[in-house]
Amino acid sequence: MIQKVVPSVQAAIEGVQDGQTFMLGGFGLCGIPENAIAALVVSGVKNLVCISNNAGVADFGIGLMLVKHQVKTMVASYVGENDVFEQQMLSGVLEVILTPQGTLAEKCRAAQAGIPAFYTPAGYGTEVAEGKETREFNGKMHLLETAYKADFAFVKAWKGDTAGNLIFKGTARNFNACMAGAATITVAEVEELVPAGSLDPNQIHIPGIMVQRIFQGANYEKRIEQRTTRTKV
Amino acid sequence: MLDKNGIAKRIAQEVQDGYYVNLGIGIPTLVANFVREDISVEFQSENGVLGMGPFPFEGAEDADLINAGKQTITTLPGAAFFDSAMSFGMIRAKQVHLTILGAMEVAQNGDIANWKIPGVMVKGMGGAMDLVASADNIIVAMMHTNKKGDSKLLKRCSLPLTGVGCVKKIVTNLAVIEVTPEGFKLLERAPGVSVADIQAATEGQLIIPAVVPEIAV
Repeated sequence: MIQKVVPSVQAAIEGVQDGQTFMLGGFGLCGIPENAIAALVVSGVKNLVCISNNAGVADFGIGLMLVKHQVKTMVASYVGENDVFEQQMLSGVLEVILTPQGTLAEKCRAAQAGIPAFYTPAGYGTEVAEGKETREFNGKMHLLETAYKADFAFVKAWKGDTAGNLIFKGTARNFNACMAGAATITVAEVEELVPAGSLDPNQIHIPGIMVQRIFQGANYEKRIEQRTTRTKV
Repeated sequence: MLDKNGIAKRIAQEVQDGYYVNLGIGIPTLVANFVREDISVEFQSENGVLGMGPFPFEGAEDADLINAGKQTITTLPGAAFFDSAMSFGMIRAKQVHLTILGAMEVAQNGDIANWKIPGVMVKGMGGAMDLVASADNIIVAMMHTNKKGDSKLLKRCSLPLTGVGCVKKIVTNLAVIEVTPEGFKLLERAPGVSVADIQAATEGQLIIPAVVPEIAV
């Protein structure tokens, strides 16, 4: 069988280089590849292009890479939670490509699906449309958007098996499922790594063919950004 | 005048049986609290859940279960999870019937601006551009004027746009307004608010019918 399991997060990020393009799964801090981010911070790899819906917070997630100035260009849809990010962006230290969330997701999915480009109505008539080809379909204007090209995709799943199959939990599926298989090398970290055959094939969200490296993650903090509760009456 | 809950309460009247609804951050989130209990509505959150329920009880929070505002949530029977691409697929394909979101500015032609103040505030558009470009029915929930007292209902938006010609209805602390080809049509006024008050707070073209009933909430 093809060996996908790597023994450590260090082995999982082997080959990362300055100037590469990374996809990082997660929505806010939900479902982010915590172990991979921690290892990338330690590795010191820099001048990166990072594609991720958000940029973490100042002291967690991709925010940790921003503080160390490892990111040259950030591609995201929403960065409101991160003051460091907003400062770096407004002062021009960090190049930022703000992208509508559905477009961002579809640019990942297109890469995953081998589709070079697609039309979407999102952003028509706004600054997002600047320099982009437009075309009318069914009386409505659309923008031509292209698939991302990334060197690594770092995703996080709830369960995975040694064949690379992934199952996500709750809303932690988000961009993880769109980015798996959308880069040259997809690295999956999982909360629970089980032998092939342990997971029901009917329940697999992402088949193992999309994953080149998989490892058992450790010490998940799973930080909650907005802990919101109601009181019992 | 309506407060935030009043605005949400009025918008909840627009939600119909069988609707799938996407709620934005802020006042729109409150709408879920006021939807009639005798109708069946499912709330979609674009980070990947349909069938969103109320906030969890203390101690039952799950880091893997949040809404698009990053708040902890629960799910209701019949809920489903999906990835971000499928989430915006159902939005673009108009499976989501109604989008309710906030705005910094709305123009009389239905343009909306809600994601950027150049040089001052850049948080990003999140899913707003996808939502407003796709949904057939878009209601804006906002205050009629900004903190400086300037009108947010304009002839033309001054801020970078989120979408063009897309807003159908606006519910503010002062009024319910429909966006028509001729301009902002005043449908209802908030309790204790006169038509003259609304006119004074509206920079864009305001069309005033002979009768403007008071909002009933």
